[in-house]
Amino acid sequence: MKKRTSLMFLAFILMLSLALVGCSKNTANESSSEGEGSGSEEASVDTLVFGRGGDSVSLDPATATDGESFKVTKNIFETLIEFGEQDTELAPGLATEWTNSEDGLTYTLKLREGIKFHDGTDFNAEAVKFNFDRWASGDKEQYYYYNSQFGDRIKEVKVVDDYTVEFVLNSPLAPFYKNLAMSPFAIASPAAIEEHGDKFLENPVGTGPFVFKEWKRNDRITIVKNEEYWQEGLPKLNQVIFRAIPDNSARLNALSSGEVDLIDGVNFSDVGTVEANADLQTFYRPSLNVAYLGLTSTRGPLKEKLVRQALNYAVDKEALIDAFYAGAAEPAKNPMPPVVAGYNDDVVDYEYDPEKAKELLKEAGYENGFEMELWAMPVARPYMPDGQKVAEALQANFEAIGVKAKIVTYEWGTYLDKARLGEADTFLLGWTGDNGDADNFLYVLLDQDSIGSNNYSYYQNQEVHDLLVAAQTTADQAEREKLYKEAQVLIKEDAPWIPLVHSQPALAGKANITGFLPHPTGSDVLSTVEFK
Amino acid sequence: MLTYTVKRIFSLIPVLLGLSLVVFFMIRAIPGDPAQLILGQLATKEAVEALTKQLGLDQPWFVQYFHYVGNLLTGDLGESLRTKAPISEEMVPYLMATIELSFCAMFVAVVIGVNAGIISAWFQNSWFDYVAMVLALIGVSMPIFWLGLMEQWVFAINLDWLPTSGREEVRNPVTAITNIYIIDTIIQGRTDQLVEVIKHLVLPSLALATIPMAIIARITRSTMLEVMRSDFIRTARAKGLKMFWVVYKHSLKNAIIPVLTIIGLQTGLLLGGAILTETIFSWPGIGRYIYEAIGYRDYPVVQSGVLVIAFIFVMINLIIDLLYAAIDPRIKYH
Repeated sequence: MKKRTSLMFLAFILMLSLALVGCSKNTANESSSEGEGSGSEEASVDTLVFGRGGDSVSLDPATATDGESFKVTKNIFETLIEFGEQDTELAPGLATEWTNSEDGLTYTLKLREGIKFHDGTDFNAEAVKFNFDRWASGDKEQYYYYNSQFGDRIKEVKVVDDYTVEFVLNSPLAPFYKNLAMSPFAIASPAAIEEHGDKFLENPVGTGPFVFKEWKRNDRITIVKNEEYWQEGLPKLNQVIFRAIPDNSARLNALSSGEVDLIDGVNFSDVGTVEANADLQTFYRPSLNVAYLGLTSTRGPLKEKLVRQALNYAVDKEALIDAFYAGAAEPAKNPMPPVVAGYNDDVVDYEYDPEKAKELLKEAGYENGFEMELWAMPVARPYMPDGQKVAEALQANFEAIGVKAKIVTYEWGTYLDKARLGEADTFLLGWTGDNGDADNFLYVLLDQDSIGSNNYSYYQNQEVHDLLVAAQTTADQAEREKLYKEAQVLIKEDAPWIPLVHSQPALAGKANITGFLPHPTGSDVLSTVEFK
Repeated sequence: MLTYTVKRIFSLIPVLLGLSLVVFFMIRAIPGDPAQLILGQLATKEAVEALTKQLGLDQPWFVQYFHYVGNLLTGDLGESLRTKAPISEEMVPYLMATIELSFCAMFVAVVIGVNAGIISAWFQNSWFDYVAMVLALIGVSMPIFWLGLMEQWVFAINLDWLPTSGREEVRNPVTAITNIYIIDTIIQGRTDQLVEVIKHLVLPSLALATIPMAIIARITRSTMLEVMRSDFIRTARAKGLKMFWVVYKHSLKNAIIPVLTIIGLQTGLLLGGAILTETIFSWPGIGRYIYEAIGYRDYPVVQSGVLVIAFIFVMINLIIDLLYAAIDPRIKYH
């Protein structure tokens, strides 16, 4: 026995040393394999590797709620109406034209003819009806966006003929067309949905420029060129691989070493590094977001409008932009960015004026200041690259007017839950628009109906509510814009937030990439991208 | 040896039962209604009730626990709330990715750590000893995040030897069979891919190996020092045995038990604690799988993930226990 174990041990040592030799051999191989490597690189010039922060959750756009899912589905599926190349204006998609009745209750869409889904079945009015019926009949949690954007508004979807479809609504819904252009309302192949059932989210079939090929969760998603695509000459790439690389710096490293071709989520502090590298280029996504400090109007001194205004006067937004956004942002004065129709540019911001802030505090009876909590976002978002540091800067701003802010933070899920329950005095947060409509900012974030969902600051104003609801049901766009402009004046006066900035999220790619047009919604169509 | 093995395996039963109890109560320790937490604030009352029923939360706890253990025994770990896929299937690729990385890291850590420890002990107080032990100290206190990024910067960007992240060259992807890519590429005879897979393993393995390597080196050194002062070593040397035999046969065998203990514990830690390395090197492993499940409030995945890691941890320690006995026969008589 004793002898055997010692023999075993010797064998073990031998194995180790053999393996060691093996290891060193491998390192020797590396240099010689480099020559072969360049060959495969040439063959992959028509493959784009897109590095991003996280994996998709679902590739069925109807059930997805996260941006990482839509980034992929946007290239596999198409919507009836599309957004403009780099804005949220309406453009023809699977539908070529659309009209509505004057009362805003009936919408008729003409569909493009001769389009096939990736599985070879026809795209037609029946397919559109099938998709809408599916969303309307499913449970509310599963089809989140359908229920938040349309709710029970759509009474019926009628197939007029093969290529004409009519929507009948219960009550007018002003953002109807904008909603149709949102990624979740992409039209999927009815045959594939029936075939795959619950597994459709892993076997997506649409009409888009790319066909789904493979998904390795938490790692990569591969889509390949749709040879039958209806837009002549597109897509230009043969293959796109989406890779999940969670850490921002590691993702930039992967770009610098050539493993990926295009990345999003570039730290603003790294933009300089990218620009100094001749092999790389920077892209900026047009802003459709707002970062803000919510002032929960049901808590302590923050119940006072004067106090909330005073805090607004205390913040130096330009300094924030220089320090944390590398200049790629503009100060926010309204709760929505200027590209959104209905933005009120006549609103005057509370300028940075600590003296004025102190006066207001005195007037409100807080001459000696007060103490409050300031919640710092624990995660980085394009609108908030570093919650902790922004919180520290704000803390210093408030300190200057005698308000002592204690910085608090929680794990992200808990942070949102607690803030939603109104437990934060002041909290950092932001929002990226889904469809570029004012309703998607003002109603969602600040209407009293949204308390308990996205109105974290518990702002309540009947007048604002009446305006926002009127704007939802008014079909006339000019009239709607007027209503939104009025609402912004009232919101500015009530100061439920300190709107901080509208940022332009930075992306980076290899210098020879052309035709990449970052979309404000965050879902980019990659059909026009190619390597020069 | 057989009785010892059987005894050891039976002693695991209470451990595993305790483990399942702790994990079972974990989800119930979260304040609030689990069904409500899972569905979010916007959920309707009916949906919450339906899920409560579906999860069996309306039953008394011991019934629930009984069900839970019953399911575990049949290999049913439940369903992910996020992807609706059975967890026992979904978890496999992640688990294999982590196992591949952890074993490579442990291999590096053991080979370098044990030998560095031996040499340091043999040449105690030499320059090698000082340098090795200072390096070990630095290794233990190294922040992995920083180390990982530095490795990428040096070896991938500046020297262009190795890739920064992932498991494979995505433009030439590996067809998964076992999900341990070294094995998969060998089975398929794809040497080109095998080279790529090994290249992708080097940096994350080194980063992950740093801390255990340092710990192993220090433990090996101190136990070797102790053993080498004992009488039988003096006898062995006096007999005129070659130094190599004195060290690797007589000394190491007697010094290896504490080192094995550390190796076992560290391997377990690597399996569950590789989240930082997996994040920096975007390694699709189980640490990130669980971490992301936490972010999405996917409690069944968190629960099952923790359970599986804990189970593997226990198993590794069982193997280590058995190895003790194999190496040092005195142990099984205690």
